[in-house]
Amino acid sequence: MIGDGMHVEFIAWAYAGVALLIFGLIGYVVWEARRVKERLAALDKAGIRRRSAETNS
Amino acid sequence: MSVDTVKQPNWFSRLAHPGQFLNWTRHVVWPLAGATVVAFVVGLWFAFLNSPEDYQMGDMVRVMYVHVPNAWLSQAVYGVMFCAALGTLVWRHPLADVANKAAAPLGAVFTTLALYTGALWGRPTWGTFWEWDGRMTSTLVLLLIYLGIIALWRAFDDQLKAGRIVAIVTLVGALNIPIIKFSVDWWNTLHQPASVFTAEGPRMPASILTPLLAMMLAFTLLFALLQIVRMRTEILRRRADSLSRQAALQGGAK
Amino acid sequence: MKAFQALISRDLKLAFRAGGEAMTLVLFFIMVGVIVPIAIGPDRPQLTRLAPGIVWIAAFLSMLLGLDRLFRSDDEDGSLVLLRHSVLPLEAVVAAKVIAHWLVTALPLLFATPVLALLLSMSWEQWGRTVLALLIGTPALVSFGALGAAVTVGLRRGGLIAPVLILPLCIPIMIFGVGMLDPMAGGGATLFLIALSLVVTAFSPLAAALALRAAGE
Repeated sequence: MIGDGMHVEFIAWAYAGVALLIFGLIGYVVWEARRVKERLAALDKAGIRRRSAETNS
Repeated sequence: MSVDTVKQPNWFSRLAHPGQFLNWTRHVVWPLAGATVVAFVVGLWFAFLNSPEDYQMGDMVRVMYVHVPNAWLSQAVYGVMFCAALGTLVWRHPLADVANKAAAPLGAVFTTLALYTGALWGRPTWGTFWEWDGRMTSTLVLLLIYLGIIALWRAFDDQLKAGRIVAIVTLVGALNIPIIKFSVDWWNTLHQPASVFTAEGPRMPASILTPLLAMMLAFTLLFALLQIVRMRTEILRRRADSLSRQAALQGGAK
Repeated sequence: MKAFQALISRDLKLAFRAGGEAMTLVLFFIMVGVIVPIAIGPDRPQLTRLAPGIVWIAAFLSMLLGLDRLFRSDDEDGSLVLLRHSVLPLEAVVAAKVIAHWLVTALPLLFATPVLALLLSMSWEQWGRTVLALLIGTPALVSFGALGAAVTVGLRRGGLIAPVLILPLCIPIMIFGVGMLDPMAGGGATLFLIALSLVVTAFSPLAAALALRAAGE
């Protein structure tokens, strides 16, 4: 069970570090995606469209 | 060739086309995210609440449950980048360089975590945080290769040109990693005739396998999720870039 | 063949006309041999033990400094485009430039090693073996440098990234190069280094040419 062993600190540091970087990575990926979507929305608002978008959908 | 007469794309072309990729991945992202969360919950439950200590390693086995998946992914992600590099250079697949660019930072993070958890595992087990053995050194070098590739992507203005060059670098790096591992192992035989620790790591009895596999699955699903999201972002970014360029060319027409 | 030789002599002439660049690298090489003992202390037995490694570090850093000029000046004045369409295949062009670059950067270093041997308390035998190791290994270092230079040609800050890309590649060269001085395993190291150097020198022009073409598109 947790806390039995002598190495709780190492385990805690390991999981903490992993959690930190993984959540940081997820946060970065999400932030990046949002930024690009905002950019596209702004361009769309400004009326700039893809030429193929007219014929496609 | 008008729009009517262009032939219907086969499944591979449908996969390859960035627009099609956006279409079918849109329906995949959220289910995949859900599956990832579930996998992590299950994995962590097994890792902490449902498995005993290892008879050999004691409670440090719990560090293994995060170390092994990250170590595996650090190499698997490079494998993905290697295939993507082949796709760029050999087949000129339109999504290949997008895949390579998306994967690089992910691989770098997993490699960093592999080193970090490996160091934490090493300290109580072998007495030192760091050892210049074949494995740790090769993993460190792998991290440097990832970081170099990321830097290279950022240094290019023209991302399409960057794609081919980064593909070459990726392939050269892949060829180099086994050579590095070999040379570092050889180097260690010079300086450490009697290796205290086995390079292969501890054995894996069955009680350990379940949590380990569960965590491996969880991390792999996480990679797949992040990879797909980053690829989508990159495709959309390129769209935005070309639209900006288009707008700039149209000049003050607004 | 004549075109190949002409390219080598052209590069050699350019390198010496620009004046002093080769000498600057030699100076840097020696300076590393000066700064390391200053940093780690004048204990002679320790220096003797570390000497081969220090010489290799100095050689490696000097090569890193010099690699940027391999393609950049040609790229800036447009010669690279001409060379890409020359009689020689681009791979041969790269090979010729690598040979010229080795003659200009690595060979002077070999002549400067006695200075380092003195500063680092190397024995004659150590020095001899180190020169041999450098002779075998520096072509590979230069070849990797050419690859790094080709990949980063035309990038504004490419000069900073190229060393980062090259360092992992050079690790086996350094390991076997220094390992050649090991009394027991030196023979094995020599064979590995020769094999590695041959393969690298033969194949890196292919990869570098590929990168130059991709950059030029």
